[in-house]
Amino acid sequence: MMLALEMYRSPAKFLAAKAMGSRVPAILTGPAAPLRLVTIDEPRADREGWARIRPILSGICGSDLGMVTGHTKLYFSALVSLPFVPGHEIVGELLDDCEDLPKGTRVVMDSVLTCAARGVELCESCVSGRTSLCDRITVGHVSPGLQTGFCQDTGGGWGNVMVAHRSQLYAVPEGLSDERAVLVEPLAGAVHTAFRANVQPGQSVLVSGAGAVGLFATLALRELTQAGRITVVAKHPKQRELARAFGASDVVAPDEVFRGVRRATGAFRLKPEMNAKEFLLGGVDVAVDAVGSKDSIDTVLRVTKAGGRVVLAGMPSTGADLSPVWFRELELTGTYASSREEPNGRPAFETALEIAQKAPLDGVVGAKYPLYRWREALDHAQSAGRLGTVKVAFDVRAS
Amino acid sequence: MSRPGFVLEVDDRTPPLLVHNGEGFLLERFPLGTRVVYPPESLPAVRDVEEAIQNALLHPIESEPLPELLTPGMRLTIAFDDISLPLPPMKKPDIRQRVIEAVLTMAADAGVDDVELISANALHRRLTPNELREIVGERVFRSFFPDGKLYNFDAEDADNLTHLGQTKHGEDVEISKRAAESDLLVYVNVNLVAMDGGHKSTSIGLASYKSLKHHHNSHTMIHSRSFMDHKASKMHHSAWRMGEVLTEHVKVFQIETTLNNDIFGGGLEFLQKREWEWSIKDQATMLGAKRGLALAPAKARRKIFQDVRSNYGLTGINAGKIEPVHEKTIEAVHKQQLVEVQGQSDVAIMGVPFVGPYNVNSVMNPILAACMGLGYYFNSYRGQPIVRKDGAVILYHPVDYEFSQLHHPSYVDFFEEVLSESTDPATIEAKFEKQYAEDPWYIHLYRTSNAYHGVHPFYMWYWISHALDHCGDIVWVGANRKTVERMGFRSASTLQDALEMVSHSVGRSPSITYLHNPPHLLADVR
Ligand SMILES: [Zn+2]
Ligand SMILES: [Zn+2]
Repeated sequence: MMLALEMYRSPAKFLAAKAMGSRVPAILTGPAAPLRLVTIDEPRADREGWARIRPILSGICGSDLGMVTGHTKLYFSALVSLPFVPGHEIVGELLDDCEDLPKGTRVVMDSVLTCAARGVELCESCVSGRTSLCDRITVGHVSPGLQTGFCQDTGGGWGNVMVAHRSQLYAVPEGLSDERAVLVEPLAGAVHTAFRANVQPGQSVLVSGAGAVGLFATLALRELTQAGRITVVAKHPKQRELARAFGASDVVAPDEVFRGVRRATGAFRLKPEMNAKEFLLGGVDVAVDAVGSKDSIDTVLRVTKAGGRVVLAGMPSTGADLSPVWFRELELTGTYASSREEPNGRPAFETALEIAQKAPLDGVVGAKYPLYRWREALDHAQSAGRLGTVKVAFDVRAS
Repeated sequence: MSRPGFVLEVDDRTPPLLVHNGEGFLLERFPLGTRVVYPPESLPAVRDVEEAIQNALLHPIESEPLPELLTPGMRLTIAFDDISLPLPPMKKPDIRQRVIEAVLTMAADAGVDDVELISANALHRRLTPNELREIVGERVFRSFFPDGKLYNFDAEDADNLTHLGQTKHGEDVEISKRAAESDLLVYVNVNLVAMDGGHKSTSIGLASYKSLKHHHNSHTMIHSRSFMDHKASKMHHSAWRMGEVLTEHVKVFQIETTLNNDIFGGGLEFLQKREWEWSIKDQATMLGAKRGLALAPAKARRKIFQDVRSNYGLTGINAGKIEPVHEKTIEAVHKQQLVEVQGQSDVAIMGVPFVGPYNVNSVMNPILAACMGLGYYFNSYRGQPIVRKDGAVILYHPVDYEFSQLHHPSYVDFFEEVLSESTDPATIEAKFEKQYAEDPWYIHLYRTSNAYHGVHPFYMWYWISHALDHCGDIVWVGANRKTVERMGFRSASTLQDALEMVSHSVGRSPSITYLHNPPHLLADVR
């Protein structure tokens, strides 16, 4: 038996029933709370290539918050299996030997449950190494679940024991602290985003949002591309400071984006009639939306130059105005998780492990909570930007 | 007879004194011993303005009478000062209208039919049709505007600029093509302060950025002491050199007018009276106005001030050759504005009013407020600044974070982008000026909308560079802390606090001078 936080209410039903505001405590302390702290059976690792892991630190991701607060789209209801233990940003310790990795190895995990983990014949995407595009995420000998942390069989980082397949695991180099290692999964996502952004040397980039996704994307863009000016949209002082430390050329407040981008790129700024949102003729070559809100998406679409590229890195909300995509012939693309083979020929996780070793990441995990203080932890994560925190994590061993 | 300007020393019988403070004013008790410099009372106005105009045009200085310069078939261009003068705007009819009508009448009598009228706005914003109409009057407006013969100068219209050559210092003289190719260029000036007029009219008012940058730069402006004395102003030296080149190519008939100090009439008349002479009625209107302004919503308050039209009487009009005409002008301006002040003081205090040259019918943004106080007023001296080297300047203005997107689009960017990086004029000139001057969006707005040119906020900042260099401390009373800090200044909530803040550099009992303006004054510091 083990202690774990369990997501037990169908996100779809929860979403339909959700009548409360978006603040976490109101939802989580109310009767509709979809999450509970329970003692349950440990997940089993009795198939080839699987092993048990004891999580050390386990991050709280924006997608986790979306799930527990009911903001996740119905789209995903077919991709999870209830009940499940959330948590896919982990650093943990192997409790069993796992093929070439001996028991006791510290590991991080690519959470996508691809063909290899499911024991099915590799799909076209998995064959080519583009594992984030795997089409078999609901079949095979593992219950449906797009990732560990959304799947009934594997457990997740928000519990004392979980299981993972060898194909998901990367050993953590000696000397890399747990606080840095727990950031490797989101960093790998940022590596993937940087490649998806396909920035050519000297091109200007806008990153909208300076939460973990936006900040890490900025870091990865600086590390992996020869981007020219990178402008980051940040609301809070600590975010502005980190954006600069991570490679932003300049930082603008959300209501300053049009002004800042126009100045930086010598664009023309137009204001349509009535209360319609303004837009630029000209603008950045590439924009990355790391927020997902309607406002943020509307903005990035309106400040990207004709023929430019827009990358959606946050789960997008509905209702954004797509006119600029049509009128400006924008390339609109998404970025999800990360791949085993990125354009540099390596797994995103390997690149992310390197970045985690050298980037200025001390203090990025700004708060750690034991599992039983989950309400506080989630509340803190929800207001992280305002509180000057980038990443909130569960200290699973302290639970 | 009007009384000359004078310096009052505050003693215990001195009542609280009026201080302009943006769209409002306040009554301040100054420390005992404070010197208060009052401008001379308004000079009597010329009684028959029409006759004075005729006289000036028919008996010009070092020039043939205007009618003799007008011949059938000639190209005549009349350029005039834009909306930045006078401040506040003048009651109708504007003196420019009267002069232009007289010139046009003579032109018509001479059979001249190729006439164009140009607002000499250089890199200032285009005037709206209504604003042009206010200046030239209904008749002139109707006759010329619809045919495109009355228009704003466009410094970015390359096809309509002419490069006349360079001065002996290698300064480019590039001006309006129409003006350059005219047989006669008549310039109609309103001289409010001694900085205006002379060669500044044509060689600045009708010039392009290429030409202006030779003197509108931080180096020249820091070395202009003062702007109110064209013989001691590097900017004017440059303009004068350009004027020589210009007048080699174009015949200029300069008409300069000077105004008296009759700025506030009607309900606001108490604003230009000396406080201890306020009648019961003045005190009542003052209190009523103060209370009314305090209660009025911001919009209404702004309208009250924007609608202020001054009575201004004409004190003189001179026409003919630029230099001698300007000498006469300066003489008249000095007569109205010059106040003798004995020696500098440790602290200078100035109230920044609601309007400056660049926010007529608009908003005085933080940069303009700084320029009004530290460009205009600080530089309102002859000889030496009113405050000693490394002394302190204390200013009154709310300095709200407020910009007109219509009129000052590049100011917002300048404030946010440039000033957050540096407030040093030379540094920002080197790093940012070119980008702003050549930004296609600002150029577009300048040409097609009513926006100041992209480079204009830089000029405002260069203009205060002399004050920045000269003063040890600059403190704003009652100002938005964030906006003044962005500009490198400090804010205090009261005069007492401000004096406390500057005490480390000027001591606990500094000598203080309060410049009681507007109305306009020019401190002659001996
Ligand atoms: Zn995640
Ligand atoms: Zn697959």
